[in-house]
Amino acid sequence: MRRQVPLVLCFLFGITMVLTQFSPHSFSQKLYEEVIDWALIISPFALILAVITLVQAHLTRIRRRVEHWQYSILVFVGILTMAGIGIPFGPKNTAFEWLYNNVQVPMDATMFSLLAFFIASAAYRAFRARAFEATLLLISAMIVMVGNVPIGDYIWNGVMSWLPLEDGASKTRQWILDLPNLAARRGIILGVSLGVISQSIRIILGIERSYLGGGD
Amino acid sequence: MFEKLMNIDRRIIFILVAVVVIIPTLIPVRLPTTVSEPTQKLYNYIDALPPESTIILAFDYGPSSLAEPEPMAKAVLRHCFNKDIRVIGLTLYPNTPTLADNLMQKIAAENQVTYGEDYVFLGYRPGALQVILGMGTDIASVFETDYSGNPIAEIPLMRNIINYDQIALLLDLAAGSSTEAWIFYANTRYNLKIAAGVTGVIIAQMYPFLQTGQLVGLIPGYLGATEYEKLLNAPGDGTIGLNTASFIHLLIIGLVVLGNIAFFILQRREA
Repeated sequence: MRRQVPLVLCFLFGITMVLTQFSPHSFSQKLYEEVIDWALIISPFALILAVITLVQAHLTRIRRRVEHWQYSILVFVGILTMAGIGIPFGPKNTAFEWLYNNVQVPMDATMFSLLAFFIASAAYRAFRARAFEATLLLISAMIVMVGNVPIGDYIWNGVMSWLPLEDGASKTRQWILDLPNLAARRGIILGVSLGVISQSIRIILGIERSYLGGGD
Repeated sequence: MFEKLMNIDRRIIFILVAVVVIIPTLIPVRLPTTVSEPTQKLYNYIDALPPESTIILAFDYGPSSLAEPEPMAKAVLRHCFNKDIRVIGLTLYPNTPTLADNLMQKIAAENQVTYGEDYVFLGYRPGALQVILGMGTDIASVFETDYSGNPIAEIPLMRNIINYDQIALLLDLAAGSSTEAWIFYANTRYNLKIAAGVTGVIIAQMYPFLQTGQLVGLIPGYLGATEYEKLLNAPGDGTIGLNTASFIHLLIIGLVVLGNIAFFILQRREA
């Protein structure tokens, strides 16, 4: 029963929702709107589930004293502080906004900013023209990078002024984005879409059951 | 020498990056920019909207990536408020409401526009796809109140807004895959006009949608923010950021070229 019920529900809802997309009848549209309302009600429970999982995972870390378990205490301090202020006083509370603006925003921005340093270091070490394909990728990436900033055209117009092409860096970048990039992206989108359709059919028909857990 | 160059201490690269970020930030250099077609299209679209039209601004980025979308948001909000276009703000990201609310309030104060009449911020609701689809039938069924808790039925701006039929444009300021979700669900099903302002790393993903017309315009990264500021004749954070980005791009290109020269010379020696 534990496996059959979800499979039957998945089949019924899957088929029904597919059919509503092909029928403009008022009953079909009403049904569609009703299911969207259900989904809107169910969505917040995913957040609750996420919080429960997070708490369980960090409690286990603290209980087992795994390496760096002390940081898990910080997770609880963060959750309790923000929830303790946000839930009773609302998100527009001064203390809540102060903590958000002066703790969360700088910490998030700092973490992401570190990427610039690592990308520069990784590009220096890993971006090598070892093969024809790698060379193509390297050249395209460099053109797009230099064309993405105004200094690219500034240098082009200064150094390549003998060429009958003004703002060549940004124009070449635009050509790469408009043609080779577009063609490749469209191919990827079509491939992914076909994959999503076939996977959805497998799930609706109960052939693909990994979402139930258990690995089959 | 080339072996040393190949195995350069990464801390030297880190110092170079820090220097190249700090100096152009402290000493701003105004580099000439030309406006690209995707940015111009979006500007023209908003500029041609009749006064009292309503657009939705989706702040779909977090604090980690605010450097690029925030200048775009500021420029577009200034443009809308100057043109008497009403703006409904919302986000699909749980950690963005405070950021977006503060930003809208700041630009509104600069332009002396009134909350509830010229702009409103609805905040966040969980379940991105359900939110996008639900708003297509009834916005009030998804956002019963605004971010401050006022019932949206009592907000003057929202009185005549039922669903996407009353929205002239949705501009998604994105640092992730939210633009695709807006296109797939709001544009395809409800014919809502969509535009995007995206961070540099996802610009290339947007081009198929630009070509098909599913995106009416695109603000590509810092460059797009600078272009939009140029069109408004009001240089701002985008212009400052782009100057810094210019030099960091040059540094990375220089490092890659240097690394490849050392790599080829060593390869030849070994052969």
